[in-house]
Amino acid sequence: MIEISKLNAWFDDNHVLKDVDISVPANGSFGLVGESGSGKSTVLRTVTGLVDDWEGTITVKGKKLGPKRDKDFYRLAQMVFQDPFGSLHPRHTIDRILTEPVNIHGLGNSDARVVEALTQVGLDNAFRFRYPHQLSGGQRQRVAIARALILEPKILLLDEPTSALDVSIQAEVLNLLGRLRRDLGLTYIMVSHDLAVVAHMCDDIAIMNHGRIVERATAGQLAEGTLEHPYSQQLYKAAGGYDRAVVDTFVDWD
Amino acid sequence: MSSETLLTVKNLEVTFNTPKGKVHAVRGVSFDLGRERLGIVGESGSGKSQTGRAILGLTAANGTIRAEKMQFRDVDLANLKPKQWRKVRGARISMIMQDPKYSLNPVMTIGDQIIEAYREHHKVNAKEARLRALEMLEAVKIRDPERVFNAYPHETSGGMGQRVMIAMMLIPDPELIIADEPTSALDVTVQLQVMAILDDLVRDRGMALIFISHDLQLISSFCDRVLVMYQGHVVEELRASELHNAKHPYTKGLLNCLPKMDGDHSDLPTLEREASWAEG
Repeated sequence: MIEISKLNAWFDDNHVLKDVDISVPANGSFGLVGESGSGKSTVLRTVTGLVDDWEGTITVKGKKLGPKRDKDFYRLAQMVFQDPFGSLHPRHTIDRILTEPVNIHGLGNSDARVVEALTQVGLDNAFRFRYPHQLSGGQRQRVAIARALILEPKILLLDEPTSALDVSIQAEVLNLLGRLRRDLGLTYIMVSHDLAVVAHMCDDIAIMNHGRIVERATAGQLAEGTLEHPYSQQLYKAAGGYDRAVVDTFVDWD
Repeated sequence: MSSETLLTVKNLEVTFNTPKGKVHAVRGVSFDLGRERLGIVGESGSGKSQTGRAILGLTAANGTIRAEKMQFRDVDLANLKPKQWRKVRGARISMIMQDPKYSLNPVMTIGDQIIEAYREHHKVNAKEARLRALEMLEAVKIRDPERVFNAYPHETSGGMGQRVMIAMMLIPDPELIIADEPTSALDVTVQLQVMAILDDLVRDRGMALIFISHDLQLISSFCDRVLVMYQGHVVEELRASELHNAKHPYTKGLLNCLPKMDGDHSDLPTLEREASWAEG
C-alpha cells in the first residue's frame, strides 16, 4: 500500500532523513519508534506533503507522489496529530470541524456522514454541537480521528496519537484504532516514542535515530527482546522502568 | 526508611472557587513522610499536583487549603504567614516543576539564576556563590559547566534544562524536595538519566523526596512507597515493591491497561470506573 524508498529530507542545511526505506502492505500496521529529533514524525509529514525539501520515491497505492498532493491523495490518506488540544479549531463546533473536509471534497450528505463518523469513534451524538474546550483530551482525540475517517480514507498516518493522554484513556483510543483497522480495512503508519505502544499496535517496527532507521523488528522479536543495534537495546531497556545500574550503561547518541 | 517523621499531613482538603461552583480537588489526604522517596501517582485531575502544591502553600488564589494537621519538623505549615513561608520555601522544602521552559527565567543567564537561589538563603559573597553554582552544575552531570553557566535557558535542551532546575532547587540544601512530573516532558533515556541524578543527590544529601507522576510503572521502580490517588482521594497506599500485589481495582486497572511488549495485539483491558472509588 505504501512504499517509501531512499527518502531523504532537509530543513534548510539540516539533513533530517537519511535513506529511509519503509514498506507497508494493505491493512498492515507499521510502527516508527525513536526519540525527539530522530525524524520519525518527519517521515509522516513528508508523506502527507508538509515537508518541501525531499528526495526519493514515495508510492502510495501504486501511485508515485510528486512535489504536491492532490485532493485524491487526501481522500486516500489522512493524518492524526499528537496534540488534541492544538489540532482542533477552538472556535468551531465539532459539527463544523467534521463538516469542513466533507465540503472541501464535495462529498455531500454531510449530516449523515457526521453522525456516522461520531458513531465510529464511539462518541454520542450529544457532542456534535459542542466546542473542543468542552471535551476531555480523549474525546478530542476521538474527534480528530473522526475528522480523518469522515473522508473514508484507506490509510491513517498516526503521529503519537495517544502520548498526550492518560494511560486509561490511551488504552481506549488504542483499542478504538485497532478496531477501526480491522473493521474498515485500514493501513496504518504509527509514530511513537513509546516502544510498548508500537509493539502492541504494529506488526513491523523500525527504530530511528538521527534520521536513519537503525534497526527493523517484528512485534514477535520485540516480545523476545532480541534487538541487535546498541541504540535499540538501550531504548528497550529504558522502557523497562528505572534501574540505577542500567542508567549507567546509557550512551549519548548525538 | 528511618522512623523519623519529617512531614505529617492529616486530612488535607483543597477546594477551588470557580465560576461554575466549588471544585473539590483534594479530599482528605493523609500521610506521613520520613527520609524516603514517596511517589504520588494518579491521572489528570486526581489531585496529585494540588497535594504537592498545598504542602508548599502554592495553591492558586481562588483555592483554600484546610487540614487537620500539616506539620513539617518544627514548622506548622497550616498556619504560616507570608514572611514565614519565605523561610521555608526553597530553603527547607523546594519544588521541581514539569517544564523547565516555563520555570526558568528566560532573560537571565542560568548561572545568575542558580546564584540567586543560593544567595537568597545563604549569606555569601559573589565569588563564593559562583563557585558553588559551578560545583552544583557539575553535580548534575553537565559536561561543560562554564558554558552552561553563561547560557540562557533557550540555549539548552529539555534534559539539560531540567538538570539546571534540579541544580537550582538543590543548591540551598533543602530537607524535602517535591518533584512534580519532573521528567514527563523528556525522552525515555534522558528521563532515566535525570532521575538517576536526582536519585544520587537525594541519597547523598539525605533528603526526602515526594515524586509526583502519572506513570505508575516508573514511580514504582523509583520510589520506596506509592500513594495512588483518584478524584482527590488516596485509594491505595503500598510499598513500591509490592505493586504487583495491589488490591484496589483502580490501581489494578491502571496497571492492566498499559500496552505490553508481548506480541499480543488483542484489545487492552479498559478501566471501568466505579462511583464508590470517589467516596474514599
